[in-house]
Amino acid sequence: MKRILALILISIIGSTAASRADDLPVLTVYTYSSFVSDWGPGPAVKKAFEAECACKLNFVAVEDGVVLLSRLRLEGASSPADVVLGLDTNLTAEAAATGLFTPHKMDLSALQLPIAWHDADFVPYDFGYFAFVYDTTKLKNPPHSLADLVGGASSDKILIEDPRSSTPGLGLLLWIKQVYGDQAAAVWQKLKPRILTVSKSWDEAYGLFLKGEAPLVLSYTTSPAYHIIEEKKTQYAAAEFPEGQYMQVEVAGITAHARQPELARKFLTFMVSKKFQDAIPETNWMFPVTAVTGGLPSAFPPLPKKTLMIAPEDIAAHRKAWIDEWLAAMSQ
Amino acid sequence: MTGLPGAAVAAALLLILGGALAALIAAAPPDLAAIAADSYLHHVLLFTSLQAGLSCLLSVLLAIPVARALARRGSFTGRTLLLRLFGLPMVMPAIVTVFAMVALYGESGWLHWLMANAGLSTGGFLYGLSGILIAHIFFNMPFAARAFLAALEAVPGESWRLASQLGMNGRQIFRLIEWPALKGSLGSVAALVFMLCFASFAITLTLGGGPRWASLEAAIYQALRYDFDLGRAAVLALLQLAISGALLLGLHRFVLPAPVALGLGRPIARPDMAGQGGLALDAIVIALAALYVGLPVVSVIIAGATGSLVGVLTAPATWQAAGIGVAVALSAMLLATFGALLMIAGSGRLSRSGPFQFIASLPLAASPLALGAGLFVLLTRFGGTLEMGLGLVALINGLMGMPYIVRVVAPAFRDSAERHDRLCASLGIAGWNRWRLIDGPLLRRPIGLAMALVAALSLGDLGAIALFGTPNTTTLPLLIYQQLAAYHLDAAAATALLLVALTFGCFVLIERLVGGPAHG
Amino acid sequence: MVSSPKVDSPAPDPIMLTMSSVTFRYEEMTMSFDLQVAAGECLAIIGPSGAGKSTLLSLIAGFERPESGRILIDGRDMAGVIPARRPVTSLFQEHNLFAHLSLADNVGLGLDPGLALSTPQRAAVAEALAQVGLSGLEARKPGQLSGGERQRAALARSLVRNKPLLLLDEPFAALGPAQRREMLDLVNRLARARGFTILFVSHQPEDARHAAGRTIFIEAGRIQADGPTAALFDSPGGALAAYLGRD
Repeated sequence: MKRILALILISIIGSTAASRADDLPVLTVYTYSSFVSDWGPGPAVKKAFEAECACKLNFVAVEDGVVLLSRLRLEGASSPADVVLGLDTNLTAEAAATGLFTPHKMDLSALQLPIAWHDADFVPYDFGYFAFVYDTTKLKNPPHSLADLVGGASSDKILIEDPRSSTPGLGLLLWIKQVYGDQAAAVWQKLKPRILTVSKSWDEAYGLFLKGEAPLVLSYTTSPAYHIIEEKKTQYAAAEFPEGQYMQVEVAGITAHARQPELARKFLTFMVSKKFQDAIPETNWMFPVTAVTGGLPSAFPPLPKKTLMIAPEDIAAHRKAWIDEWLAAMSQ
Repeated sequence: MTGLPGAAVAAALLLILGGALAALIAAAPPDLAAIAADSYLHHVLLFTSLQAGLSCLLSVLLAIPVARALARRGSFTGRTLLLRLFGLPMVMPAIVTVFAMVALYGESGWLHWLMANAGLSTGGFLYGLSGILIAHIFFNMPFAARAFLAALEAVPGESWRLASQLGMNGRQIFRLIEWPALKGSLGSVAALVFMLCFASFAITLTLGGGPRWASLEAAIYQALRYDFDLGRAAVLALLQLAISGALLLGLHRFVLPAPVALGLGRPIARPDMAGQGGLALDAIVIALAALYVGLPVVSVIIAGATGSLVGVLTAPATWQAAGIGVAVALSAMLLATFGALLMIAGSGRLSRSGPFQFIASLPLAASPLALGAGLFVLLTRFGGTLEMGLGLVALINGLMGMPYIVRVVAPAFRDSAERHDRLCASLGIAGWNRWRLIDGPLLRRPIGLAMALVAALSLGDLGAIALFGTPNTTTLPLLIYQQLAAYHLDAAAATALLLVALTFGCFVLIERLVGGPAHG
Repeated sequence: MVSSPKVDSPAPDPIMLTMSSVTFRYEEMTMSFDLQVAAGECLAIIGPSGAGKSTLLSLIAGFERPESGRILIDGRDMAGVIPARRPVTSLFQEHNLFAHLSLADNVGLGLDPGLALSTPQRAAVAEALAQVGLSGLEARKPGQLSGGERQRAALARSLVRNKPLLLLDEPFAALGPAQRREMLDLVNRLARARGFTILFVSHQPEDARHAAGRTIFIEAGRIQADGPTAALFDSPGGALAAYLGRD
């Protein structure tokens, strides 16, 4: 018994040691777990980039984009990360303020983003819009506006995520803040009876939705496209609100202490090229930042007519106060 | 055996806990005034205590009749299987449990469907305090029942003969025999359950219906993530430690040393077994408990078997994740066992065991997130590398496992010490020889149980690994989240089934290998 | 409470215990017992370990059920009678007392298993404790007593129970020879004075000689020898001689 265990331990230590014996330079990219999963863009990206860089691309995956920044801050200047991929516009101001990133110095004018992009440190690689997704076979009368959702019948429950632990959760908080401003707390109190539960992460909320726990879930405008393309199911739809949809842009940046700054820059250039972008729509289920081969899948929704987004600096300055306001409204 | 190695382990444990939190505080001094004035925190402390207290009370109160019924019916078909099943909930990953509870009690769950078909309309009842209680009872009642059953089975046979000769009725038996036997383990079981419910995170958030019932762990999570307020996280973790620690100290005064009981070596007919009424009542209690614990497991099996089981089982990523999980679990198990046994052996005599047991229980009250972040800070200060992340995960899981080993093994060790100390001293059997010849063989069974528990808990753990994700370190719980994130609900259900099966398999195998074949 | 047999009145039947063709199977061994014990007798049961001595007592007390045969106590057939309704008190080698109850409560259980004792009953408990030499120790817990004192307390309980048949399953085995003798004298003085019939298992032939008028020798589940103690030990037969170590 003990001997078997010892063997297992030795083999783990051995295998991690062996992976460092390569002569090729290693580019270390910090990202979030679903990016590198078998279903995410990671495997295809790794293969394509390694084919042209004469290097080894080493993904280190953590829980999600927020933990990504925490992890980097914990490690500080000693972090082995060359590139951090997976932060979003809710975090870029704080990430830049840490001083742990270096300007990308890239010309991004060719990117097809619905907003102007001026960030010196971070390069966008995809974007999406938060939306309430519903099952058309179950919900005959979906909300037609945010006001409709807030004031609607409390018998049609909604599933949302906690802004403290989930990106869509924070997205909804900012969405309501931008639309309602000082009235946000009152709106949350009005919305509260409609909320079936506030889950820890998007995964749980969406899982509960698919199991039929509630007819509406906070997700992305692109969620129905997954069901159409992968499952040939057309019953899911995203409600479009005239007040606008809140936007999330996912970005990557080069660390100030990168051991492979040249490779890192090469990777960011690769990131906004077709080889990388082609993988985005049907693995990350987000909009690519450039035109992709063959165009976007037809199942993808058009871009919303109105885009909402609070400036990253404002988010960094007020997020804690806004979350406290949300907590106070929701825990009464 | 000298107490030196035990004291060294206890000191190391305190050093790790204290060091991790001190590192966080040193990295970012907390704003104590802001924490003290935070009205949401006051709310959390009050509601979490209330929730944990209720969860603990109900789990323990329900476990007592279940343990009694199982003790009275010492041999029925499926009893061994049922007891094994009772070991499962505690080690089931939170996300699997959430979906199992939803499948049963949710708006579109089985119970709802049954009631609707019977013409009874039920409003939603899962999300809120009731949902938290349902899930926490599912987690903890079976564990408590097993602990109580062990206490009842340790009652000497002569007591039952005495009871039957004196003509005691059920109530008198409970008052004079069962309650005194249960009392010894009641305090420690209740403390353990309270601590687990107090630190419960995903369940309180998702089944609680919102931040109203969210635990302190959620606030720690927030502090560590967006706010990156390490000092605040450390202070909140200390607060959690202090509350659970105070409860533990309070209850420790009621933890009586279990009396040494060998009794008659064969099954004893209890006087309260006869009678059709008693038999029917026991059958109902056992059947209800089996349903309550078994149905969620059945729902996991059905969801997994009807999901993409073949696809998951043939994916190399699945087995790689399983392999990493098992390797980490076994390392954590060895670490926890070695450390805990040194502490138990070091605690020696009954009178001196209190502080050791208290210290060994502390990791349970420590927030794994704060502990992980603190250790991570320490590690990076001392020039750790990425590859050490996995070792750190094993270390944290090992620390979290020590309380279980101490709790399960210490009473048996004390018994053995009381019985054999003088004999061993007279024969000059000491140190390693004593362990090899006397204590080891005698304590094999409880040690096997405790080791199996630690390995199973580590297999289902998500918390620590998410923070220290290193190259190629996807474990099965993480794989489930990846599959959910990629909309692959079917694959996630199948992976959940595999994880539960693997956990159960590991549990049974380790208990067998270390503890020896089951008797009876 | 069960109606207690009238010990003081002259019994119409001098036979207290009758076992006829009582068989019992435990694991590989089949036991079979035929035995008659007169009221007021003190019978010693000797034999090697595992011979069936304790089982014999368990069958009489009702802890085990015979496969066949009849057991009569005080003229009543015991088939189907639960232990609590048999006119029997048992004293075990250990665990006779509940560790968490005081001596008074432990003895009081003999009067009411619910411990709702009347004032006269409490007085009876105190008196019984005094008779076994434990007066004034009512409030003590068993853990504070010596092994001999604990068995005295158990004996006190059998006094208040006042059942005519007392079964002792080596309750004094852990005591020294002098103390053992003293305990047996105490049993004889107190129990036999009340007309109790006593069956006691022992490993010590001298105990049997000291206290029992009659001795039976059990081996392999059978009564191999039965007779007046002195005669039995003076000229033991084959198996008994081997057991006693005399060739």
